Amino acid sequence: MDRPNPITKKLLIGFLIALGVGILIPQITTDFTTYQFTLAISYGIAMLGLNILTGYNGQFSVGHSAFFAIGAYTAAIMIEHFAIDPYTSIVIAAFAAFVVGFLFGLPALRLEGLYLALATFGFAVATPQLLKFDAFEHWTGGVQGIFVPKPEPLMEGLSADQSLYYVAMGIMVFLMVVAWSILNSRSGRAMMAIRDNPVAAATMGINLPMVKTTTFGLSAMYAGIGGALFTYSSEFVSPDTFNFFIAVYILVGSVIGGIATIPGVIFGGLFIVFMPNYAQDLKLFFEGTEGPWAAVAGVVPPPWAIFGVMLILVIYFVPFGVWGGIERLWAWTKRRSAG
Amino acid sequence: MKLRTLLASAAAAVLMTGAASAQTVGVTDTSIKIGNTSPYSGPASSYSVIAKTQIAYWKAVNAAGGIKSADGKTRKIEMISLDDGYSPPRTVEQIRKLVEQEEVAFTFNTLGTPTNSAIHRYMNAKKVPHLFLATGASKWGHPEKYPWTIGFQPTYDVEGEIYAKFALENVENPKIAILFQNDDYGKDYRDGFLRGLGDKAKDMVVKMLPYEVTDPTVDAQVLEMAASGANIFFNVTIPKFAAQAIKKSCEIGWKPLHLLNNVSSSVGATLRPAGLECSKGLVTTQWQRDPTDPQWAATDGFKEWAAFMDASLPDADKGDINYAFGYNAVKLMHHVIANCADFSRPGIMACAANVKDLQLPMVLPGVLINTSPTDFYPVQAAQLSRFDGTGWALFGDIIDASE
Amino acid sequence: MDLFFQLTLAGLAIGSIYACVALAVVMIYQATDHFNFAQGEMAMFSTFICWTFLGLGLPVWVAAVLAIGTSFIAGLIIERVIIKPVENAPVLNQIIVFIGLLMIFNNVAGWIWEFTIKPFPSLFPDDFGFKSELIGPHHMGVIALTLTVLLLIFLFFRFTRVGLAMRAAAANPDSARLVGISVGWMLALGWGLAAAVGAVGGILVAPIVYLEPNMMSGVLLYAFAGALLGGVSSPGGAVLGGLIVGVLENWLGQYVPGGSELKLTFALILIVGVLLFKPAGLFGRVVIKRV
Repeated sequence: MDRPNPITKKLLIGFLIALGVGILIPQITTDFTTYQFTLAISYGIAMLGLNILTGYNGQFSVGHSAFFAIGAYTAAIMIEHFAIDPYTSIVIAAFAAFVVGFLFGLPALRLEGLYLALATFGFAVATPQLLKFDAFEHWTGGVQGIFVPKPEPLMEGLSADQSLYYVAMGIMVFLMVVAWSILNSRSGRAMMAIRDNPVAAATMGINLPMVKTTTFGLSAMYAGIGGALFTYSSEFVSPDTFNFFIAVYILVGSVIGGIATIPGVIFGGLFIVFMPNYAQDLKLFFEGTEGPWAAVAGVVPPPWAIFGVMLILVIYFVPFGVWGGIERLWAWTKRRSAG
Repeated sequence: MKLRTLLASAAAAVLMTGAASAQTVGVTDTSIKIGNTSPYSGPASSYSVIAKTQIAYWKAVNAAGGIKSADGKTRKIEMISLDDGYSPPRTVEQIRKLVEQEEVAFTFNTLGTPTNSAIHRYMNAKKVPHLFLATGASKWGHPEKYPWTIGFQPTYDVEGEIYAKFALENVENPKIAILFQNDDYGKDYRDGFLRGLGDKAKDMVVKMLPYEVTDPTVDAQVLEMAASGANIFFNVTIPKFAAQAIKKSCEIGWKPLHLLNNVSSSVGATLRPAGLECSKGLVTTQWQRDPTDPQWAATDGFKEWAAFMDASLPDADKGDINYAFGYNAVKLMHHVIANCADFSRPGIMACAANVKDLQLPMVLPGVLINTSPTDFYPVQAAQLSRFDGTGWALFGDIIDASE
Repeated sequence: MDLFFQLTLAGLAIGSIYACVALAVVMIYQATDHFNFAQGEMAMFSTFICWTFLGLGLPVWVAAVLAIGTSFIAGLIIERVIIKPVENAPVLNQIIVFIGLLMIFNNVAGWIWEFTIKPFPSLFPDDFGFKSELIGPHHMGVIALTLTVLLLIFLFFRFTRVGLAMRAAAANPDSARLVGISVGWMLALGWGLAAAVGAVGGILVAPIVYLEPNMMSGVLLYAFAGALLGGVSSPGGAVLGGLIVGVLENWLGQYVPGGSELKLTFALILIVGVLLFKPAGLFGRVVIKRV
């Protein structure tokens, strides 16, 4: 039902405005804020992967932190052990995540809905332990993790943070266009047909296993690229970073942005990065005040509890997410003006 | 003292490139801005009382007018402490916020090994003093490679070495079992211990088992270690698993020489849940005055701390040793600021690396803080202690690992 | 050889906890076709409620019964208030609500009771059961009580009107409605029972692992593995599956090199393996999909 619209003039204008804002951000904010936006983009790319898998193909994953970690670690290992430049490393990380995702997609073929959620849950929970495993320690750095230097600025006059931001933004735009093109192609329609009615899709001659595993691989690849960018902006990977909570981060962001949308991930990424900071600022603000207001700080719940409540509320009231809401609002105003 | 400080900081300023600018970020003639990260949410949040103690302390200091430093100026201290939930990428984000947005002069007592590991490079690349870390990993004391990072408490590997020496001296025909947490902290203890055993380590260690923080229990590991016939048990676990291991080994009647890491030596947080009767005979090392130990109640240091607690944190549980830890660290910071004349960042670093024979109020009498430009381990001494069923009883001499 | 028996019995004891949570998971699955990802955290929360009753000075059995009763009612309310709105929503939405619940329970517990560990008394006296070198009284009690709970549930579903009505509502909601069964309330009842069974698990495990908000987060994956291994459509299978996982986990640590480092990975492999090669589990019924 949510088939993406073909290119219209308005869509193009909106896209260009968004692009302009994106380009402006590092120029009008500090390096620190720019870095936060880069983090948001890294999460956003992983969310895009989850959206393709879940929103458009109907396969579940509550374990995208695992693919995120594979991308992050592959990039770090390429740089640390093979002295490969960071941009080539992203490509290798993407490939590695694709392969693992594709392989994980094979057993996933036989699993439906809940069972797949369960298997991916297990994968996410076991990931930190695997990253620490002694046998891999030479490569992964074991519990110590790996330091990754931030890539050198690509252009003079840019700081490392600004440069990385532009790279991340460029990759995100590219990946969004790729996702959009795929979803509007034959294969994209096949993916959605499988989501909506697998049996009918099979009778229509769609190669179910092929489409599903490839989608899984593609989704994992997106998560892996997000992970690699995440590593560059944090300049560090360690096993305990990639716990189940990163998977929840990605899921929360996807749902809040709109799980069957492409641009929604921008909102999802921003929410995940900025919400906890605002909650903390609010708490600190109240702690700094005198009198009865100071007591408010004591009842600000921890950010994760707020995440939980928001997740449930979004599912109740706006299951189509922020972007889905914008689309609906848009359609509604158009209907009204039409008569 | 003052002259020495001046000389030392001058020397250090020459050594370190990029001499002081006229105005250091975060420092004015009337104030200093300090950054800190601490887990206020999530499983490690019981440690947040350390930062809370320090915030309360600065509040009291500011109310009394501030700190008069060696440069003759009196400054108030503003400590901004942010929540990182004990998650390394969150620490990176919060530290960058503190350094780049809040523009703190330096950070102080940031908590946790994985979290500090994540910012180790950043602080040194930015040349921001990364002072008195609240973690016992051994990697915080390498001024030649990381001149901007200085540790605080005795390191885990030194502590491990102390246990190894004690075990070798006191047990004939030692057969050793080690249970350790599978992370930086656990492996630091383990490696220090093995080094302390020397060449014969391989033959003596009969069982070495890891566990994950996410494991429900370590019961199976305890059974395996007991069955291995070990007569020494080196227990490198956090309080939850330490309590499980103490209780389980007691239940099955395994009575080795039980060496418990200092991390879990709290009577309230570990031994009481495990059972005081079962805890009898445990050996640990201590470097702080345990607030639950009555022998310190009459000492000046304890009285000072207790008075501060009653005035500033009246609702706090004074049995929690983390309040003492926070107080010790903040007193050291106070001492460094009071004796500093050069508040450029290299100057602050030099002051931090120039503490001589300082006795902190809640550190064992005789365990003195010493730092120098080549010694970035402030506390390096500890004393062995045995649990007698009600409290820890210190024995033997203070063991100074710096010698 | 002693070690082998000790490990096996300790595995049975911890496996009983997995079994309790697995049983709770299966009960909700049977009634509603859901895996409740928040089951472990709900059990943890119930245990804290019990701890609060203990703090009021109530004897341990009274506190436990009160906490189990409270959990039953809370489970009922959660289904009616929080789950009902997404009853007919896509599976993904339901999973997200479960994960939301997981986060809320975990963090609110930490917020209220903090993360320091709390000792929890055993339900069983020190002279419970027979005297043995190999297994302690609490562990014996855990195994015995888990099996008793299973038996009670079996009897409930087999011989009581309500139990039969619940099965009917789950097996064929439309026909159940026609014969006058309130399907919605049967689902709620399922949640209530699951919460109560989970509470039993929490109260039994707390004396071994100590009470704290993350007490159950490590248990959940093993419980899922147990439920799948035994068969998600069979309560008896889930209990047996939980016990097997507990024992296997302990054997793995001792007899497989590197095993103690990869326990979670083992659970993952078990889950994927069962799903691939024996999707119905060891004791479950094979569900035939009709087109």
